[in-house]
Amino acid sequence: MAQEPVIEVRDLVVELKGNRVLNGVTLDVYRGEILGFVGASGAGKSVLTRTILGLLPKRLGRISVFGVNLDEAGEVQRQEIERRWGILFQQGALFSSLTVGENVEFPIREYLDLSDRLMTEIAITKLEMVGLKPDVYRKYPSELSGGMIKRVALARALALDPEILFLDEPTSGLDPISAGDFDQLILTLQRVSSMAVFMVTHDLDSLHTICDRIAVLGDGKIIEAGTMDTMLASQHPWLKAYFHGVRARTGLKAAARN
Amino acid sequence: MTAGILLSSQTRGDSVELSAAGSWTAEYASAIEPQVDAATRGVTAHSVAINIARVDYLDTYGAWLIERTLRSWTSQGRDARLVGLREDYRGLFDKVHSGTQTLSPPPPRRNSIMATLESVGMTMASVGADLVMLAQMLGSLLVALKRVILRPTSFRFTSMVHQLERVGWRAVPIVLLITVLIGAILAQQGIFHFRKFGADIFVIDMVGVLVLREVGVLIVCIMVAGRSGSSYTAELGAMRMREEVDALRTMGFDPVEVLILPRIIALIIAVPILTFLGSMAALYGGGLVSWLYGGIQPEVFLARLREAVTSTTFEVGMIKAPFMALVIGIVACVEGLQVQGSAESLGEKTTNSVVKSIFLVIVLDGVFAMFFAAIGM
Repeated sequence: MAQEPVIEVRDLVVELKGNRVLNGVTLDVYRGEILGFVGASGAGKSVLTRTILGLLPKRLGRISVFGVNLDEAGEVQRQEIERRWGILFQQGALFSSLTVGENVEFPIREYLDLSDRLMTEIAITKLEMVGLKPDVYRKYPSELSGGMIKRVALARALALDPEILFLDEPTSGLDPISAGDFDQLILTLQRVSSMAVFMVTHDLDSLHTICDRIAVLGDGKIIEAGTMDTMLASQHPWLKAYFHGVRARTGLKAAARN
Repeated sequence: MTAGILLSSQTRGDSVELSAAGSWTAEYASAIEPQVDAATRGVTAHSVAINIARVDYLDTYGAWLIERTLRSWTSQGRDARLVGLREDYRGLFDKVHSGTQTLSPPPPRRNSIMATLESVGMTMASVGADLVMLAQMLGSLLVALKRVILRPTSFRFTSMVHQLERVGWRAVPIVLLITVLIGAILAQQGIFHFRKFGADIFVIDMVGVLVLREVGVLIVCIMVAGRSGSSYTAELGAMRMREEVDALRTMGFDPVEVLILPRIIALIIAVPILTFLGSMAALYGGGLVSWLYGGIQPEVFLARLREAVTSTTFEVGMIKAPFMALVIGIVACVEGLQVQGSAESLGEKTTNSVVKSIFLVIVLDGVFAMFFAAIGM
């Protein structure tokens, strides 16, 4: 694997209403890898993601994306970076007043100057790539099931062929079969385009099956980062509870059987 | 990244090979498309191939453009092939190739005259449906009220007080401000025109009767519809979108009793109080302008007002207030509960709530005017 970091987070400190949520987080995400990001509920996983995305202000530290320090990036440079990443929000965050097609075309329309025909074709290609039928194109998000909303949101996140894909609990709220399919979908799409995937998840199956590396957040810091074997060998109490708990053992057994 | 994008052709007998090079990516897609289209039209050979061995970068956009060209050649009856596919791009091409792109054609546009007529008809039908829904809501309110009277402990008193603070207490400053201004404007206009025929003093009659009977309650109700009715609709609508209303129902609670009854009772209490305060403020504003602009001393104003206005005038205004509050509350809640999933629908229903409740308040005012005229008040 090419060890070129696309996201570098150094000594990041974030405070929310006076609470120090992140206290010196240092993390790298490399090109072409799927990084699973875990941590207890409320540990600040979403805060870190939102801080990298620029949705929350940071107190101290440095965040570089594609080698550009976000603090020093001008507006144009920042927009250039934003065009190269795609985000799948937990609830999908589709624009409810636009059709599925318009949702997927939205970033394309903003950033690229394409003919209407090509734009429609690309939108349908993206929808088919995420496993949807072309006839969802004219539907509204309120007419879709939860799983379909996630897929449409993924298609929108992938609209500009991003180099980094952020996924916020992509399989939460899906049944195990759909969740497994969704994992495989992410894996396939990642292999196809060799993008970096930053995935916040609680799904042990996802961690086993598709993540190249896992980073664990606890007490405002990265407790451990490495492969699944590193996680299993770790002596940290929270990690032992997480990866050797009842649910983890059944998951591991299932993984071993396959 | 090199911006190079080209399709040069090599002809050998009846077969043509086009070769692609450079970056076939999203940012160059708009420049590549015309070249691809030209290639699609310009080829006459039976056997065509695209060689992509020299492509530096390829993403979904480039892959689709190549796939599209191959497809149109195939549909023209040619023998189309892809050559020089690198192993790392095979997955991408497989993905793009497996797409069907079968989009059903958009529903045909209808005749605009027919569409207008249809929308008029729909609107008329929806007016009827609205009336039915308002009556339904009134019915469920009465049922909830009966339950609450039989079992007073089930009434959400805290919620009612909270709503009363929001729609009553916090509305006082803005209601006072607006009604003082309205009273002042009425008096100023009256004095300006009445002075021409020396009837300045009758301005007091006009302001007194107008404010107490009509303007005070109307202005307050319009303010409340805009301020509190809209917030009721938006609140209930957001609760519906987040399935909070459904949650209540499944826990065995009646949303009308829990959410709507306290809100409407709070309005029914608040609007008469606001009407009283508003009317007094309007009289104050009228008196102030009469004094400063019309030169009518406050003692004269008060004495004249006592003659011009009877307690009936005051009662007529105050009797209307709770009924108007009920109308505003019911319209706001009915609209709120009709909100569908989208943000757009929330906005639409909030607008509807304000427009409909102001309209109904004015209609109701007219009905009351006829009623009071008939019974001689």
